[in-house]
Amino acid sequence: MLETFNFRVILEYMPLYLQCFAATLWLSALSLLGAILVGIIACAMRLSQSRIISRIAGVYIESIRSTPLLAQLYFFYFGLPSLGLMLPEWVTGIIALTLNSGAYYAEIIRAGIQAIPYGQIEAGIASGLSYFQRMRYIILPQALGMTIRPMLGQAIVLVKDSSLLSLISIAELTRAGQLLTSDRFMPAEGFLTTAVFYLIIYYMLKGFSSWSEKRLIFREAH
Amino acid sequence: MWGFYFTELMHSLPFFLKGLWMTVAVSGLSLIVGTIIGFIWGIMRASGNKILRSIIGAWVDLIRGTPFLVQVFIIFFILPSAGIELEAFPAAVIALTNLAACFICEIVAGGILAVPSGQREAATASGLSAYQQLRYIVLPQAMRTIMPPLVGQYVLLVKDSSVVSAIGVVDITRVGWLTVQRIPEGLMVFGLVGILYFVICYPLINLSNLLERRMTVVSTRL
Repeated sequence: MLETFNFRVILEYMPLYLQCFAATLWLSALSLLGAILVGIIACAMRLSQSRIISRIAGVYIESIRSTPLLAQLYFFYFGLPSLGLMLPEWVTGIIALTLNSGAYYAEIIRAGIQAIPYGQIEAGIASGLSYFQRMRYIILPQALGMTIRPMLGQAIVLVKDSSLLSLISIAELTRAGQLLTSDRFMPAEGFLTTAVFYLIIYYMLKGFSSWSEKRLIFREAH
Repeated sequence: MWGFYFTELMHSLPFFLKGLWMTVAVSGLSLIVGTIIGFIWGIMRASGNKILRSIIGAWVDLIRGTPFLVQVFIIFFILPSAGIELEAFPAAVIALTNLAACFICEIVAGGILAVPSGQREAATASGLSAYQQLRYIVLPQAMRTIMPPLVGQYVLLVKDSSVVSAIGVVDITRVGWLTVQRIPEGLMVFGLVGILYFVICYPLINLSNLLERRMTVVSTRL
């Protein structure tokens, strides 16, 4: 297998790979931003005083967490058109990724918030801070600092999950491997190159994760 | 029209149950074998042997850094060009077993390393052999840290098994995909797919939460 490994084909397809690499990056980045936003909102709802609001967020989080992303992706891909909503594939893909990771971010942020001693929140109330001020100045800065590692871990999961978008024919990294495989019937060249590009993202995020952890400990020590 | 499709869908329920059985078979088989391999790798990874530790660590990083879909494609498309012909089912089981082993290995190694080193030293001082230490001192204590994330990992792996539908394993997701070509009501079809996954995953999620509460109660009582 290896003696016939064809590097020339990989070079020939490199423009396609780079284009698809960029697509994976921006699809993941957009979904990541959306997911963190959805996560913050869902978490705020989950921790709300109102039973109904909390219950709605709970149903959302639990149903996302107990079904696979691929089923959710197909749910939107085949389901939205039957509601009369014709969206481009990449929008459907981002919606599915955002809602999926959003549920996990809600749980990560909740764990971070609940790790903050309740006395601090009471102190905030006693100082006359509003709900948003308490969130903005007391809870979120600490919760985000504590959860930076699981947040980056979920970001890695999200980038890898974006490979499923190839199954609804969005041109991203995994799709590039499929194209090379079907054009030239060279699966080894196709998918191993794809894997290398994912590993680049993985090692960068992993490195950033351990770097940020050191920085946070450094800041706490002062 | 909706009612008509609903009766149609109810007629194809046996097909969905077959898919459910396939999902249970693929993930059940992979989880059992993956747990055994994962424990062996985990014990090796927590051992003193540096070479063994870094080989397993590098392999786990490669698997965690690439999407499962790409791994499935690599096994399914590349192994035949190396002369190993694989059907979709064994390819899926091999890919999922390897994924399970890698994640479980990290959980097990983490659990073993969390056992205070004094325990091990005391065991050595009492004249216990390496096997006896592992069997009677380290593993029983490590299990408390291992169990909750292990069951949580099982949920993730059952969900990941949906990805093998991409190489034609007729699991729940694949059944949904085939059915939606005939019954163009994506929300309904993949709603049913979601419910079937929920039936498998939700009890496991609750078990994981229960174990987490149980295990922490025990450790605070000590």
